[in-house]
Amino acid sequence: MTMEEAELSARRPDRPVFYNDPFWRSLAYQLLTILVLAGAIVWMWTNTLENLKRANLSSGFGFLQSRAGFDLAQALIPYSSDSSYFRALEVGLLNTLAVAALGIVTTTILGLLIGIGRLSSNWLVRKLATVYVEAFRNIPLLVIIFFWYKGVLNALPNVRESIVMPFGMILNNRGFYFPAPIFGEGSILILVALAVGILAAFLWSRRAKAQQMATGKRPPVFWVNVALVLGLPILTFLVLGAPLTFDMPVAGKFNISGGNIVGPEFMSLYLALSFYTAAFIAEIVRAGIRGVAKGQTEAAYALGIQPGRTMRLVILPQALRIIIPPMTSQYLNLTKNSSLAVAIGYADLVAVGGTILNQTGRAIEVVAIWLLIYVSISLATSLFMNWFNRKMALVER
Amino acid sequence: MKKTLLTVALAAAAGFGASAASADTLDNVKQKGFVQCGVNNGLAGFGSQDSAGNWAGLDVDFCKAVAAAVFGDATKVKYTPLSAKDRFPALQSGEVDLLARNTTWTISRDTQLGFNFRPINYYDGQGFMVKKSLGVKSALELSGAAVCVQTGTTTELNLADYFKSNKMEYKPVVFEKQEEVDAAYDAGRCDVYTTDQSGLYAIRLTLKQPDEHEILPEIISKEPLGPAVRQGDDKWFDIVSFTHYAMVTAEEFGITQANLDEMLKSENPDIKRFLGEEAESTIGKDLGLDNKWAYNVIKAVGNYGESFERNVGQGSPLKIARGLNNLWSKGGLQYAPPIR
Ligand SMILES: N[C@@H](CCC(=O)N[C@@H](CS)C(=O)NCC(=O)O)C(=O)O
Repeated sequence: MTMEEAELSARRPDRPVFYNDPFWRSLAYQLLTILVLAGAIVWMWTNTLENLKRANLSSGFGFLQSRAGFDLAQALIPYSSDSSYFRALEVGLLNTLAVAALGIVTTTILGLLIGIGRLSSNWLVRKLATVYVEAFRNIPLLVIIFFWYKGVLNALPNVRESIVMPFGMILNNRGFYFPAPIFGEGSILILVALAVGILAAFLWSRRAKAQQMATGKRPPVFWVNVALVLGLPILTFLVLGAPLTFDMPVAGKFNISGGNIVGPEFMSLYLALSFYTAAFIAEIVRAGIRGVAKGQTEAAYALGIQPGRTMRLVILPQALRIIIPPMTSQYLNLTKNSSLAVAIGYADLVAVGGTILNQTGRAIEVVAIWLLIYVSISLATSLFMNWFNRKMALVER
Repeated sequence: MKKTLLTVALAAAAGFGASAASADTLDNVKQKGFVQCGVNNGLAGFGSQDSAGNWAGLDVDFCKAVAAAVFGDATKVKYTPLSAKDRFPALQSGEVDLLARNTTWTISRDTQLGFNFRPINYYDGQGFMVKKSLGVKSALELSGAAVCVQTGTTTELNLADYFKSNKMEYKPVVFEKQEEVDAAYDAGRCDVYTTDQSGLYAIRLTLKQPDEHEILPEIISKEPLGPAVRQGDDKWFDIVSFTHYAMVTAEEFGITQANLDEMLKSENPDIKRFLGEEAESTIGKDLGLDNKWAYNVIKAVGNYGESFERNVGQGSPLKIARGLNNLWSKGGLQYAPPIR
């Protein structure tokens, strides 16, 4: 012990006995909490198994490999009644993800537009946006889902009176049918061309920006990019001799067969989720924009930047920092709300899991799977949004 | 959602509590003072409520019969309306003492779900209903059709098997609630409605234009519908079973609600024993019930034939013929073991 250290410890006030020491005390409480928690979990676990046995119920996840025996209305991957329960769950999960992903994209765009609309200087736009927000925020989601579903079922004609649209598209109360493209040989090259086009467009934009910085002149970007992204694949397509045919929907005895179909269940769930969540997103966007100091707008105007560009280049980038965190909750809500699909018979994770639960009686296992998957989806969404948030955060120079 | 709540409750009950399903249901029921009976949400003929809130139906009669057997009073019963999906967790968790809800006895429900089935109070089979205007005369012409079906039923499994084995295609349109299936079928979301044939007769009456729909002749499955109880309580299982057999036995003997009290004077030893008039008989006591248990059952709901005609037969809007549900001596399948 050096002199200073000895002096230091001598100067320190009397150390309390260890059970009064804040360090040991908080450690003890934390340990206790963990022990109690672990104990509770173990107790619940063993108790569950014992109760299952007493109720003559079997347990375990082995049943997931058995034949499902039921059919599903919408499957994005091959599925039949001969597939396993596990496969059925995969189909349900994909259906959930599909409606959630599309819903998130749509609701973001819609919410952004309405949120900006609420701050518009145009009286009508402002009022319409307000009415929208108030209406959709105050109606329960389930009602909106039913509204769309009953609306679609009742407003659209029967199969026999289907609305036939150009390009072989057909609309009736069983869904929207459109030709399914069948790509011939070499079609992969088209995709490659598309990728190359996107990359080239990206590089061109970078160069254009650099040039603008250096010379103050901006080379044409938009039209060059359009040419690259669209032109390249189209050119490849033509060079390959147009290797594309369509599977057209045709009227069968009962139903339209062939082609691709978007069912009314998916449609109404997707629309309801998007419209409903957009009302909340609009409010978040409005708050975000309001949160940017007014001086920023004034400064931009003073520099002669037009209102549209001011919004896009000055206000929104700053508003995003305020908008992103609450946005994450809305995305999570939308995903979880998609489980209301059960009400209209859309084969999402909860609906499929419910069927399995009922056919096998494995309540605890199925509930555990539900929890696990929803938690995973939510955590993944959160992680992504946190990453995005960090990327958008103010970079101090 | 109610179903999710129920299942989560079941999971929680299994996790936290001691087993919710008490081992001695009879004791439990006597203590509570009523039988908690799981019935249909609303299926005319089997279990449904009228506008005044009174329950009626073949399954509801069965609940009343059990209450009469236990308490000598058919009003000592409470009903829990259950959808196809809710019914099994409700029985497993002990929320109901007995499930009488047009439920098909299958081996996996008996083993995997931990239930016991024995008497069949309605022999049914799965059928198809279509709009007459489609001009379909047989289920084998249904390839390519969209089929409405309720989830959590044997129906959706039979449907998949039937179309597969006949190499036909179909689009399932699946709902959890029967009202939703009905509405979707009525709105033309699907071409075909499939469920137990008895159910089709009941549902057809509730459609906007009942005469525009017809039920196809094919029966594609066996649906023995009967009451279910939890495994592991043989005494309760016996009471539930013999309540049904008492109703059948009464019909075999020609005992009806109307002539019941006259029959008490019968000299026929079988009838005397059945009605609890035989001195020293311990049949009722051995079941854990009063010796007049069978008398009480018939007094409350009548014999099986009476209950059938009143709820689904000629005395009801459904007008279903006895068919398989006639007594064995009249060409049907209803048969009771001797009460002796
Ligand atoms: N017997 C079949 C089907 C029973 C069933 O649920 N049938 C439907 C259609 S007839 C029903 O009763 N639904 C009434 C409801 O859920 O409210 C089974 O046990 O799985």
